Order: sequence, then structure tokens, then C-alpha cells
Amino acid sequence: MGTFLMASSTGVPFAVLPALIVVPALGALLVICLPRRRPELLKLVAVTTSVIVGAMSVWLMKGFDATHGAEMQFTSQADWISDLGIQWLLGIDGISLFLVVLTGVLFPIALLAVDPGHDDRAYYAWLLVLEAGVMGVFCALDLVVFFLFFEVVLVPMYFLIGRWGHGNRAYAATKFFLYTMAGSALMLVGILAVAFLHADATGTSVTFDLVAIAEAQAIDTNAARWIFAAFALAFAVKVPIFPLHTWLPDAHTEAPTAGSVILAGVLLKLGTYGFLRFGLYLFPEASHFFAPVFLTLGVVGIVYGAVVATMQRDLKRLVAYSSVAHLGFIVLGTFSLNTEGIEGGLLQMVNHGVSTGALFLLVGMIYERRHTRQIDELGGLQKSAPVMAAVFTVVMLSSIGLPGLNGFVGEFLVLVGAFNAHRWFAVVAAGGVILAALYLLWAYQRVFHGPAEGDNAEMPDLKLREGLVLAPLLALIVFMGVYPKPVIERMEPAVDALVAHIEEHVDGFHEPTSRFGADIDLADDHADEGDDH
Amino acid sequence: MSNPLLANVVTPEVLWWALIPVILLSAGGMLLLTVASVVRRLSDVVPQAWTVVTGLAVLVASVPMWNEVRSGGPRSYLGGMVAVDGSTVLVTAMLAAAVVATALLARPYLAREDLPGVELYVLLMLSAAGGVVMASADDLIVLFLGLEILSIAVYVLAALHLRRIESQEAALKYFVLGAFASAFLLYGMALLYGATGSTRLALIAEHLSSVVLLDDGMLLAGIALLLVGLAFKVAAVPFHAWTPDVYQGAPSPVVAWMAAGVKAAGFAAMVRVLVVALGTHASDWSPAVAVLAGLSVVVGASVAVLQTDVRRMLAYSSIAHAGFLLLGVQAADARGTAAVYAYLVVYTLLATGSFAVLTVMGGPGDSAHSLDDYRGLARRRPALAGAFTILLLGQAGVPFTGGFVAKLGVLAAAVEGRGYWVAGVAMLAAAIAAFVYLRILVAMYLEDGYLEDAGDTGDTGDTGDAEGTGDTGVPLGARVVIGVSCVSVLAIGIVPGPLMDLARDAVPVLVGG
Repeated sequence: MGTFLMASSTGVPFAVLPALIVVPALGALLVICLPRRRPELLKLVAVTTSVIVGAMSVWLMKGFDATHGAEMQFTSQADWISDLGIQWLLGIDGISLFLVVLTGVLFPIALLAVDPGHDDRAYYAWLLVLEAGVMGVFCALDLVVFFLFFEVVLVPMYFLIGRWGHGNRAYAATKFFLYTMAGSALMLVGILAVAFLHADATGTSVTFDLVAIAEAQAIDTNAARWIFAAFALAFAVKVPIFPLHTWLPDAHTEAPTAGSVILAGVLLKLGTYGFLRFGLYLFPEASHFFAPVFLTLGVVGIVYGAVVATMQRDLKRLVAYSSVAHLGFIVLGTFSLNTEGIEGGLLQMVNHGVSTGALFLLVGMIYERRHTRQIDELGGLQKSAPVMAAVFTVVMLSSIGLPGLNGFVGEFLVLVGAFNAHRWFAVVAAGGVILAALYLLWAYQRVFHGPAEGDNAEMPDLKLREGLVLAPLLALIVFMGVYPKPVIERMEPAVDALVAHIEEHVDGFHEPTSRFGADIDLADDHADEGDDH
Repeated sequence: MSNPLLANVVTPEVLWWALIPVILLSAGGMLLLTVASVVRRLSDVVPQAWTVVTGLAVLVASVPMWNEVRSGGPRSYLGGMVAVDGSTVLVTAMLAAAVVATALLARPYLAREDLPGVELYVLLMLSAAGGVVMASADDLIVLFLGLEILSIAVYVLAALHLRRIESQEAALKYFVLGAFASAFLLYGMALLYGATGSTRLALIAEHLSSVVLLDDGMLLAGIALLLVGLAFKVAAVPFHAWTPDVYQGAPSPVVAWMAAGVKAAGFAAMVRVLVVALGTHASDWSPAVAVLAGLSVVVGASVAVLQTDVRRMLAYSSIAHAGFLLLGVQAADARGTAAVYAYLVVYTLLATGSFAVLTVMGGPGDSAHSLDDYRGLARRRPALAGAFTILLLGQAGVPFTGGFVAKLGVLAAAVEGRGYWVAGVAMLAAAIAAFVYLRILVAMYLEDGYLEDAGDTGDTGDTGDAEGTGDTGVPLGARVVIGVSCVSVLAIGIVPGPLMDLARDAVPVLVGG
């Protein structure tokens, strides 16, 4: 392990990716050792740890070499089980970079925003363990190590929902754990199969090195399709893709606010990220083969999520179902298998994390004040809490995809990609955008407008602390809407390389040329577009 | 040697160093029995301390033995009846550790239940000696001997709680079914002898690899009967029916020994017979073992879900674990065998730890084992609940616990041998089994007005008091066992390399042809 922590290929003084995993894990250990009667000290340690991790992840953006965005950077390696060729292989490229940053940014916010109310020590420790696990998923380049982290995040999330959640929390937590564990059960068999088949086909010793296996593409087509199916099931449950989404509304609704923020902001991305990295990259042919299925399910998810969200009476459940719709967009973009679609999907992952995270925070703040999330019982909050209403408006509009805010850029790219690949899917999906406007605006209207009665009239506005917590998210929403270039230019080389990889390994598949005429230079284009607003 | 008649007699070579564990354990047991019958008032600390010391001595002795085997290679002695190789030493060490753990759990248990003190330790050491004989058998007869020494002692151990009718019932069931299993095993051995002309594993293997049997009916029948007998011992479906009742009825420390020690010895024997001696005919028995594995994981996991008694839950989950172990056996190669040993080490830790928790939780009468008794445990005894959480997550195979590493090993062996179906079935069953462990976690952490309690007492309820009362209820011996198993399970989960290397070096080899 010694060399593992020291080694780094990019000349950085220390291996930053292992630190992203180890620091929160150590933070959790430290928290456990502190006296349980000092919640403010516990919180200080937890927040400090997550801020350090956040700072490191933001620093990654600076240290990241955008011109080589397709290559794995900050890599580090150490043996884990040498008998099976399993190694700690960490690295990030333009695809994982922003998910790491998103994780780094969202955790301090979630930690700062809400206090658990009881058992503080365990709460902070589990959240930090969760952060370590999520960072591990996004950085792992070894299939088994990826699975290791992919599975281990279930445990802290299970306890967070179960111990600090609301209402039917034991049911929600158990359902969440079992759904995701059952989904990923076959993935481990798939991982082992892929490694042994690769070793047989290439005559090398067993390795679980993602890049080596993916670049060789040595596995026979039929086997690859079966194995892809095993992987896809795991990711589809995690995303979740309709009809495997039923755990999500329960988990989101019953989870404590910080849990919901992390669940929506980061954990759902484990599935969509998995599709990109371990679906499209590892099994390009199978991904292409199964793409119609996922495009269909993605569109169904968009429409279904939107329709069901419209029906909800519980504000938090509404936001939860809106996630189903948003993730449908991400799936649609991903399986368009072209640069615009994948890039849009990737951008939407970050956008959804920011805006839905902020929405859950706001819903949590309303709940703290009013002890209800029923839309019927709320109303006219704009009068008593004008600042909160304003913040809610911005976040909501970002979620709807209003031009000038971050949601638009991603959604637009997804629609362009889908349109180029499969026109009618894009047409239906665009309808989903309108539905999103419907349910969110309607909910906003019912909660914030109208006459304020009883407690609603006296609801206190945002406190300074709450404003400070929301401020970075608002800044990101506006910044990424107006000037997405720094994000897109780091993503683009990796996405281009991924698309080229798919073209190379799928017979007769070519990225369809843009029907908007010449190939758009995405980075600049949207920068200009944003400036108009 | 003046007598000319004796000049031609070859006395078999005896490797005394390799016999140390058997000698220590059986002599320790006998000595304790003798002393206890002579000295009238023996403090109850003495037999426990004696057993722990004997177990530790075996554990210590296994280190130079391991080095000797590593440097000098495995060898056969006593006329090819007994062998010593890496697997022998590893299983011996595991048995010794299980003896120490069981002895540590036993004294507070005996005191609590007001039971006489010496027999348990004596029988424990004797059964461990039987287990060591099984792990070093190089001949079917010796294997059978070891098995019987082990089993008969355990039959009595199961009945040790004199005033609990369930304990008597468990012992009788175990004895009747165990006797049947022994009969099957013995018949299988006889047929195998008929088919190959030898009971020595090395000679059987040699015969099978050099002679093509035109009519292998007798051989196959022998293998089948052997398999039935061994499957009984390791509690694989459909030969598992005794397990839940025995686990529920027998005294809790004895269950810890059965789950850890007996299972390890059983699998050591199975690997020796099937993989080592009958390896050439793997294509005959491997599918049957795969079916047993699949049945065990599925039945074990799904029936466990229906249980409300935590001991029965763990009994069924041990059946599921046996299925996972069989997954490694059916691979019938070095990787599979190494995975079995790694799994056994981890399972020994998990089982002793878990049943140590159960021993503590059982309370007077050893009867508080329903799920209801675990409600709100996290509030009452946070440390115990935390430790049990680690052990349960380990049993579920959650990453960064030894349980994951163990499952990964057997799955890898199965997948490498193209056993995709059985591997897939096993993983799905593991997801079902996870529900079982979650039910216990839910009871401990999420039920019994957990939040309401916190609300009533406010912050003061969340203080050292709860922890203090909880911890004073846990005897020192149990604390050591639980602590050691938790720490080792986590350590193996984070740094599995050493265990994997150990297991690889322990793969048994055929010696003494």
C-alpha cells in the first residue's frame, strides 16, 4: 500500500485519487473516536474532512490536462489480490472528472445543511464512509475494485435512510438495499466471466484492468452480450430505469434531507456512469445491440416520471419522480451513442445533481419549518419567505431546463443527440420537457402562491446558514448555464474517444452526421448561446 | 535386533512433529478428564484455562509445522495412512482457534446455565483431535476414524444442556442422522475399495489414472455414497434437515464449535477425497456437487427468510455458506480448493463471532433467540450490536469484509470452470440471504421505537450509560472472541492478500504413492 499512496504519474506531490478515498474514510474513523456528547465537534470534524476532500476534487479540475482529456490521469496502482490479478487501479478522465467534483462539492453542502437530530456520531461517520465509497466508484479502473465500491455504498446509505429517515424508513431502507444488491448480484459473475474470457482469448494472465480489457475487445460477441446484460441490470436498478425504479420514490421520500441530496445528486449517477464506463466502453457492440431497448425505456421513464410526478401530493415524492424523468434523459443521451447525446447525458448528470440536490435541500427546509410536505397543506409561502421562493424559482427553472440555466444545455444536447440517432425518440422526449414545466410550475404555484393561512403565513424565511449552503449550488446553476465551456472542453476529448471506440468496434456503425448541417463545435456554441440570456 | 524374524519387519516411519496436534489435543483431553475425576473441587477456571492453553499450544505448534511443510514439502507417514501437507496444518490451526474460542465462550455459559463444568472441555478437545485426524487422513479408514472421533464427541456435546429438552432432542436427531450418514460413507468407502483395490488415497488416485475401468458402476456408486455421507456432515441440501433443529437445540457455544470446527473438518475431508483422490473422475462428481451447491444456497437462503428465531436463521444461512463452499469444491482444481480454504478461514471467524454474540444474547435458559429479543439492541448494547453488524455484513458478503473476499474466491473458481449458471444462482441466493441479515439489522437498529427512545431521554440517553450496561453484560471471554473475529474479518476484507496466499499454499497434494 505504501507505493500506492506515493505513486502518481502526473508529477503531483501526492497521489490525490487515493487521498480522495482514504481521507473521508479516516475522517469517519476519527469521528467514531470522538466523544458522542459533542455534536458540534463531530460536525466540525466531518465538515472539515469533506471540505478538504471537496477542495482536492476542485483542485483536480485545475490539474486536469484538458488537451488529453481522453487519457486516464492521476493514475495510481497497487496490487490487491495478486493471485487473481486484482489491483487498486485508480484514474480519472474527462468522463469521471466532473462526477468526482460533483461528489466533492455536494458532500460538504449536505453535511452543513442539516443536523441529524440524534446519534450524531454514527450519522457523520456513515456519511463520510459514503463519500469514500462514491469517490472509489468514480475513480476505480479495475472491475473488481469498482464492484467493491459500487456495493459498499449500500451499507452507509442503508443506515442513513433507516436510522435518520422519516415515516416508513425501515421498509424504504430494506427495499433500497435489496433491490440494488439483487441487481448487482449477477454483475460480479459478469465481471469474473469477462476477465477469464479475456484471459483465455488473449492468452494473458487474468486481469481486471478495465482499459486493457476494453481496448482488446477479445471476447466473442455472444458472450459479451450476455455479460453486458448482467452489467446493465445492475446499472439499470441503480439509475433507476423504468420499470426498475420502484425503490427510488420510497428511498428518496423517507431518507433524511442529506440522504436525499446525496442519493439524487451522486448515488443515482453511479448507474449512469456505470453505463458509460462499463457498458459502452467495455461492450461497445452489445451496447449498440441493446441500445433500442434502453432508448425506449429512457423515453418511457421521461414520460412516466413526469406524469406520475404531476399526480404527487407529497412535495418530496414529486421531486423524487422528477428524478426518474431526468435520468430518463440521461439514459436517452447515453444510448444515442453519439458525441452530442453522451456529452449531454454527462452534463445532465452533473446538472441533475446540482439542481435536484438543491430542490431536496429546499424541500427539507420547508419540512423543518412546517413539519409537512403535503402540497395541500402548504400555500402562499412566497409572502412569508420571499427569498426562499426566489431561490426555489431559480432551482426549479434549472430543473425544467430554462435556457440560460444549466439544465438547458444538457437537455438540449441530449435532444440533439437523440434526434440525430433516432428522430422519434427525441420528439417524444421533448414532450417530457413540457411535462416537467407542468408539474414543477404547478407545484410551485400551489406551494408558494395563493393565500397564506395559519402557519404558512408565519413561516420564517431562509436563515443565513441555509442561504450560504444554497449559494454555491445557485452559482453553479447560473455559471454552467451561461458558460459551460470549461466543463465541456474537459469532457469532450473523452467523449469523442468513447464514440470513436464504439465506431471502431461496431460493424457498420457510424456516428450519424449532425442534421443541423456542419458538426457543431459544442463548447463555443453554447458559450455564445448562454451569453444571449 | 537379535531375533531374525524381526529383521524383515519394517516399522512405519513416524513423523512425531506432525503428530503434535493430535497428541496435544487427545492427551490434553484425557489428562483433564483424569484430573477432574480425582480432584474433587476443581475451580471452573482450571478446565477452561487448560483447554485454552492446549488450543493455543496447537496453534503455536502449527507455525513451525507450516514452515516445515513449506520447506520440506508434504509427506506421508505411518505407512501411507496419514499425511501432512499445507491443508492439514491450516485446518489444524483453524480447529485449534475454534477450540480456544469455544472454550472462552463456554465458562460463562456453563456458569449461567448452572451446568457441570469439565465434560464440555474434554469432549471439545477430543472432537478437535478427530478433526485433525480427518484433515491429515491419507487413507479412507483413517478418514472414517477421524470422522467418528469428531462426531461422537459432538453428539454428546449437543446433549450437554441437561435440563433443556431441545438440547436432548437435538442430540438424538444429530446422532441418528449422523449414524446414517456414517453408514453411507462407510458403504461408499467399501465400494470404492472394491472398485480400486485400495483404501489409500494415493493408491486410489494412481489406480484410477492408470487403469481405464470398462465397467465403472461400482466406482460411481461408491462416489455417490461417499458424497451423500460427506454432504450430511457439511449440511448440504438435501441432506441438511438436521441442521436447524440441532443449531436451535444445542448449547450455543457448542453450536459455535459445530459451525466453525465441524464444518471445517468436513470440508477438509471432502476436498481430500474428491479433489485429491478422485480428481481424475471430476467429470463424474463435479456436476453432482454443483447441484448440491445450487440447492444449498437457494434453499438455505430462502428458508432462512421465513425464520423468526435468530439461531435458526443462522443455521439456514450456514447451509447457504456450505453451498458457497461446494461451489469451490465443484470447480475441482487448485483455484477452487484454495478458495474453499480461504472461505473456511473466513467462515470460521464469522461463525464463531456470530455464535458468540448469540451465546451472550441467549440469556438464562439459552432461549432468548427470537428476533424480538434483538429489537432495539443498538440502544441497549451499542457495542454488541455494532460487532454483530460487522459479522452479519461479513456473512452477507459486503465488500471490505472477509465475507466478500471469500465469496469472490469461490465465484472466481466457479466462473473459471465455466460454471456460470451455478455462480449466477449462488449470487442471486446471496442477495436473498442479505435480506435475512438485514432483518436482524432492522430489528437491532430500526425497530422498537428507536427514535422515540432517543426523543424521551434526549441527549443524555445517548451516553455512555447505555454502552456501559451493555458491556458489563458481555463476559470477557466472549468479548475477546467477538472482538478478534470482527477485527480479523475487517482486516481480511481490506488486505486479503496474505489469506489468499496462505490458502493457495495450503492446497492439498497427493503424497505417499
